[in-house]
Amino acid sequence: MLGNEAIARGAYEAGVKVSAAYPGTPSTEISENIALYDEIYAEWSPNEKVATEVAIGASISGVRAMASMKHVGVNVASDPLYTISYSGVNGGLVLVAADDPGLYSSQNEQDTRCVARAALVPVLEPSDSQEAKDFVKTAYEISEKYDTPVILRTTTRLAHSQGVVTLEERQEIEDKPYERNPAKYVMMPANAIGRHVYVEQRMNALAQDGCGFAINRAEYRDTSIGFITSGIPYQYVREACPNASVLKLGMVHPLPKKLIEEFAQKVDVLYIFEELEPVIEEQVKSWGIKALGKEIFTLQGEYSANMIREKVLKEDLHIKEPAKVPARPPILCPGCPHRSVYSVLSKLKIHAAGDIGCYTLGALPPLNVIDTTVCMGSSISTLHGMEKAKGKEYVKNWVAVIGDSTFMHTGVNSLMNMVYNQATGTVIILDNSTTGMTGHQDHAATGKTLKGETVPAINIFNLCKAMGIESVTEVNAFDTEALERVIKEEVARDAVSVIITKSPCVLLKGNVFPYKCTPVEDKCKKCGMCLKPGCPALRKKSDGTIAIDETMCNGCGLCEQLCKFGAIERVKG
Amino acid sequence: MTKNIMIVGVGGQGTLLTSRILGGITRDAGYDVKLSEVHGMAQRGGSVVTFVRYGEAVAEPIVEAGCADVLIAFEKLEALRYAHFLKEDGVLILNEQRMEPITVLTGAAAYPEHIVEDLEKEYTVFKMDAMEEAKKLGNAKVFNIIVLGMAARHMDFSKEAWLSAIEKTVPPKTVEINRTAFLKGYEGA
Repeated sequence: MLGNEAIARGAYEAGVKVSAAYPGTPSTEISENIALYDEIYAEWSPNEKVATEVAIGASISGVRAMASMKHVGVNVASDPLYTISYSGVNGGLVLVAADDPGLYSSQNEQDTRCVARAALVPVLEPSDSQEAKDFVKTAYEISEKYDTPVILRTTTRLAHSQGVVTLEERQEIEDKPYERNPAKYVMMPANAIGRHVYVEQRMNALAQDGCGFAINRAEYRDTSIGFITSGIPYQYVREACPNASVLKLGMVHPLPKKLIEEFAQKVDVLYIFEELEPVIEEQVKSWGIKALGKEIFTLQGEYSANMIREKVLKEDLHIKEPAKVPARPPILCPGCPHRSVYSVLSKLKIHAAGDIGCYTLGALPPLNVIDTTVCMGSSISTLHGMEKAKGKEYVKNWVAVIGDSTFMHTGVNSLMNMVYNQATGTVIILDNSTTGMTGHQDHAATGKTLKGETVPAINIFNLCKAMGIESVTEVNAFDTEALERVIKEEVARDAVSVIITKSPCVLLKGNVFPYKCTPVEDKCKKCGMCLKPGCPALRKKSDGTIAIDETMCNGCGLCEQLCKFGAIERVKG
Repeated sequence: MTKNIMIVGVGGQGTLLTSRILGGITRDAGYDVKLSEVHGMAQRGGSVVTFVRYGEAVAEPIVEAGCADVLIAFEKLEALRYAHFLKEDGVLILNEQRMEPITVLTGAAAYPEHIVEDLEKEYTVFKMDAMEEAKKLGNAKVFNIIVLGMAARHMDFSKEAWLSAIEKTVPPKTVEINRTAFLKGYEGA
């Protein structure tokens, strides 16, 4: 079972009744798998703040609930998180946060444990798929016993690794009665003051009781070397030093101080082996315990067993130098509608404030269209800030580009702000009818739910119109002529305007162009125009003419449109 | 003894399907098994790596440099990129396909020449142009199963076990073509 599948199974076995999430690598498959259980209500929410609040409502009403998200989603959810920490729970409440050491699919490498420390919320960290399932159940027990939300922290390596998992039956948890209790659930100053006192007591109690939790486990073997570790790094320790003593922490916040002190005394040299921030290390050292951590292990990226072999065991691994080869960064797929829009922006030499999605890849050569990317929804507000700083004329060779799912996530707020504050600027909503990068999840504007029901779709055009934006234009993403005309018109406008470029993601089921593009060799003038958008199906041959890989070509016809000499034909394929 | 398998290729080539067949066969044989995959952004035409480890009890889910028993490469440049993950007596299963990365298509870098020859000097290589063979079978998509068939020769499972694992993993409609593809690799290698 995939780590994420195991978490979903854990939710099922723990008797969870409500799950809400916004997709984000590496957390997406949790919700996709939860949705397969009829016993659990599961939804895609527009963003992580909403998802967390949905789970909070379910918990207060008396059932076990889960919200899952990637690490940067925790930032979006942090507003409710910090305060529900004060209120605590009725039915158990677990927030799954998936960190991404090594940045496989993220804009930063932040460590959720830091957020949890600030929010005064306990964190459990499993180290394989079996634990991922089991820890979900432990998390609900802790949540209800200590009246606290619990964060289950995973990382990409855990979320996307598969291991053998033993399944158990679902526990039928009876709904708890809801009783009105404003002192606990209405967090206004007079009530919150009292709850803060409780929260500090709760964390102290957890730190003490944690010394006896089965998930915090001292494994004594050879005591000349000892490791304090958790999560996937535990596996690297076991791989590299099977005979070393290990204090394996299943709860990484708050730390079981007495257990750590006892372990530190029994081993000769103590290493703290944790990916990303020195969260355990700084606390342990602050208690006067001598240990080695970030002096020898990096703050960046994923760890490995080889790292221990080199840094701790001082082994010479005789690893061959990797060959020097050209990089292969991810790219937009052949037939991607974003490439078509970007080819026009690139031709018009227009800068773009970008956002989070597949279309962020437009920042790379040869397109070089995206100038900025910060976080979900930021493209629109960034453009707005530029206009307010530099004036209307300045943004007339700028646009904001944002996907449909990201627009529904938080882009919509930024667009309201542009209307309210009388902005000038053009927002291009790249509407491919899905959440593409994470593997095609539905959202409020697609007309389908996570459970597969057909529902009325929110119409993005009408939504923009309802905000009072006069110029909202829909264009076929592959009609480059129309796109060029509309973009030129809109950026010249002294107002906020929206262009919605429409064409479904080429990887969406049923969205196949019934064509193939093929070169007509005797017409090719070797000008290279067709190569400019960087479609991976096209290749320049040694004689300068073009080859098109028919197995890769999706028949979108962008190259055919760009060729002025008729040297590429789009034929029924 | 834990056996370390790596599958490398270009996002979209079907590394996930191949690793899942491997996961199925190892689990059915009663081994402890761990797989590690790449999802998300890197899948979009980028360089992708999947690890499969099986044995009595497997700790880490990744294969580290210098540790791979079998390296299955779906593309030549990716074979070269990850060849140093092979252990001394490891084998490289190579699909002789050339897919130029965007860095080469834009002229920023050159695609190395003589990759196969260079790899053969240093490693034990079993190669085939599986894409050509798959096209001959009438379905280019099954090239990855042909490559898996070649690799199967270097693992500890019977032909029947492989065919049953494939049957359980691929969509029902494609069982026959995938069986044929597997046998092409298994018997032709």
